[in-house]
Amino acid sequence: MTLVLDRLCVAPRGTAPLFPPLSLTVEAGVVAVVMGPSGVGKSTLLDAIGGHLQHDFETAGRVILNDRDVTSLPPEAREIGVLFQDALLFPHLSVGDNLAFGLGPKLRGQKARRETVEHALAQAGMAGFHDRDPATLSGGQKARAALFRTLLAEPKALLLDEPFSRLDAGLRDEIRRFVFTQVSERGIPALLVTHDAADAEAAGGPIVDLVGRA
Amino acid sequence: MRRDGRLLRMVVLAAVVIGVIAPVMLGLWETARVAFGILPAIGADTISLAPWTMLAALPGLETSLRLTLVTGFGATLLSLLVAAGASAALYSRPRLVGRILTPFLAAPHAAIAIGLAFVIAPSGWIARLLSPWATGWDTPPGIATVHDPFGLALILGLMIKEVPFLLLVLLAALNQLPVNAHLAAGRSLGYGRGLVWIKVILPQIYPLIRLPVFAVLAFSLSVVDMAVILGPSNPPTLAVGITRWAFAPDTQMLLPAAAAALLLGGIAGAGIAGWIAAERFVAVAGRWWLRRGGRGVSAEPGLSTATTLLSALLALGAASLLALALWSVAWRWSFPMVLPESWSGATWNRHGAQAAETALTTLGIAVVATLAALVLAVAWLEGEDRARRGRARWAEVLIYIPLLVPQVAFLYGLNVAFLRAGISGSHLAVVWVHTLFVFPYVMIALSDPWRRLDRRYPATAAALGSGPTRRLFLVKLPILLQPLLIAAAIGFAVSVAQYLPTLFIGAGRVATLTTEAVALSSGADRRIAGLYGLLQALLPWLVFALALLIPLWAWRHRRGLLARSAS
Repeated sequence: MTLVLDRLCVAPRGTAPLFPPLSLTVEAGVVAVVMGPSGVGKSTLLDAIGGHLQHDFETAGRVILNDRDVTSLPPEAREIGVLFQDALLFPHLSVGDNLAFGLGPKLRGQKARRETVEHALAQAGMAGFHDRDPATLSGGQKARAALFRTLLAEPKALLLDEPFSRLDAGLRDEIRRFVFTQVSERGIPALLVTHDAADAEAAGGPIVDLVGRA
Repeated sequence: MRRDGRLLRMVVLAAVVIGVIAPVMLGLWETARVAFGILPAIGADTISLAPWTMLAALPGLETSLRLTLVTGFGATLLSLLVAAGASAALYSRPRLVGRILTPFLAAPHAAIAIGLAFVIAPSGWIARLLSPWATGWDTPPGIATVHDPFGLALILGLMIKEVPFLLLVLLAALNQLPVNAHLAAGRSLGYGRGLVWIKVILPQIYPLIRLPVFAVLAFSLSVVDMAVILGPSNPPTLAVGITRWAFAPDTQMLLPAAAAALLLGGIAGAGIAGWIAAERFVAVAGRWWLRRGGRGVSAEPGLSTATTLLSALLALGAASLLALALWSVAWRWSFPMVLPESWSGATWNRHGAQAAETALTTLGIAVVATLAALVLAVAWLEGEDRARRGRARWAEVLIYIPLLVPQVAFLYGLNVAFLRAGISGSHLAVVWVHTLFVFPYVMIALSDPWRRLDRRYPATAAALGSGPTRRLFLVKLPILLQPLLIAAAIGFAVSVAQYLPTLFIGAGRVATLTTEAVALSSGADRRIAGLYGLLQALLPWLVFALALLIPLWAWRHRRGLLARSAS
């Protein structure tokens, strides 16, 4: 599995691009890093890759996932998972149902699905949390639940939009290691945007500095 | 190829244009035709100015015009001043204010008016409280406090409804502004709190509340139910006059009625244009005032006066609604007793069954109109989401159109068209016309919470492989349950309160609590009017209570959603 950005460029409609065209290849199991000051358009870049851009942005270039050009596909057809700064667990669903929401429809049968969710919860260190209200979780638990919700959808690539920045220092290391381990074990290409040098160092993949327009 | 929900947007736009805008335009067109002499049903089939000469010859027309202008502009301007002043004291507690104002917002105009008529009448509550110890009155004095020739009672009644509405609109707009930072910045430059409010905060807020202000103006100029109950009766305001002529036994009166309806539409249009001109003038004068940099005069007394006036209006409104309840169970209640001397369930026993039937009709019409409006509003907002863009300015105005054209100006002609189509007087036609007014309010109530929903929730769902339909039904609608229910409750209250649409399009055959209450208000028996007025207010209150309680129950194990709705 490989995620390729081919001269990808994002511009607010009718104005100059936010940054020079970006080309990058992320191999399976690798966490590539895009760094840059806040406001340079890092999140916008991820929105463009994931297909979440608003109408007032236009893109040029291509996003290629496993030799498939996904640039003009709607987000739900791209198979690209996203983790945001906040865990964004759906507030109306229990923790287990959040994970079940992620779990792909191919797995049939209530029992099998429930078992898969329970297994994922156990992997996240949250066995027995199936019926919990997401609002009652700690920051670290929310982050892990969000990760497994994303992984259950079996994404072909993973976008990480500063997902560790809201966690306190001790927890940050732990969650970061946890996420990166999952990425390399599952052999998914991942792209992390951050302005935290420690994140970049821990990722171990190629690092791109995003320079804004002058 | 991404279609961006184009089909959905086309369908919704067509539904709004055909279902909501076209009836308004068609109605105006038909009103204009009759106003220039074309009404084949009564044998008028040549274009002429006869309706206008008939109108000009009607006695009291000048007074009617003056009353319409004074009460319409007076109520709007005073309501805006009170609401803007009070917002300075209340901006930091929007939730509490919302809770206090909701019952007044939900209570129909007619219910408030019937109650207020008793509170301020010479034989009413205020006079009773002061008699005979302070006034020496043993019998009600012979002064006209209701139906007064200046329309003051009508202005007061309108303000009780309009100040809460404008205040809530203001608070919602203030929510989008870093008010505390602006206040701090202004005060650090040596301006008093009140002056910062007037010079810095209000000019930024006003553009956001302009359309609601125009809607209030158009409504005040053309209100009928409140004007029948509280306004001067001979001659009445123009809108009441039009209604009388339209239902006069002499069908020739239909012609001047149409001319007057068109005239009222013109007055509202000119009124809004004049208001815009005044805005320009105030903006220029305001900048001149601002550039002088004066910090001297404190504006604080003005703002606190506004807050006091707000309290007084709410107290009057509460007393009015309480009076309805008391009258419905009173038996003997003579002047100057403050409370009934004897109580009885006789009014309810005698009229309860009939009232319940009318309440059921009212409920049915309101539920269907609200559901239709809600589906249309959700489809519209979802269309915007799928197009990944906000609302164009023209669309915002389009939604407001039914609120900016005075009701009587197009309902008159719309009924002519409905009569020709043979659907006048049917429940379906009444539901349809209610939807014209319910839809804008549902849309206004739902738009802000819809846009405030964190875009990353649906984005997350999409990244998990959910298509737009799944995102709508499994993510957005459940998270937005409370705002959806509140919008529905507002729509329901709007429908219950409709008087003129029910009267005109129902052709007198569809009776709702509101048409009955207005009809009974002129009768001698305050007890029956009180009963209908009370039911009229109770129905929306009940729906609002449900809208608040259902999410509390549904999300009792979901703290995230309750915290959200609390903030």
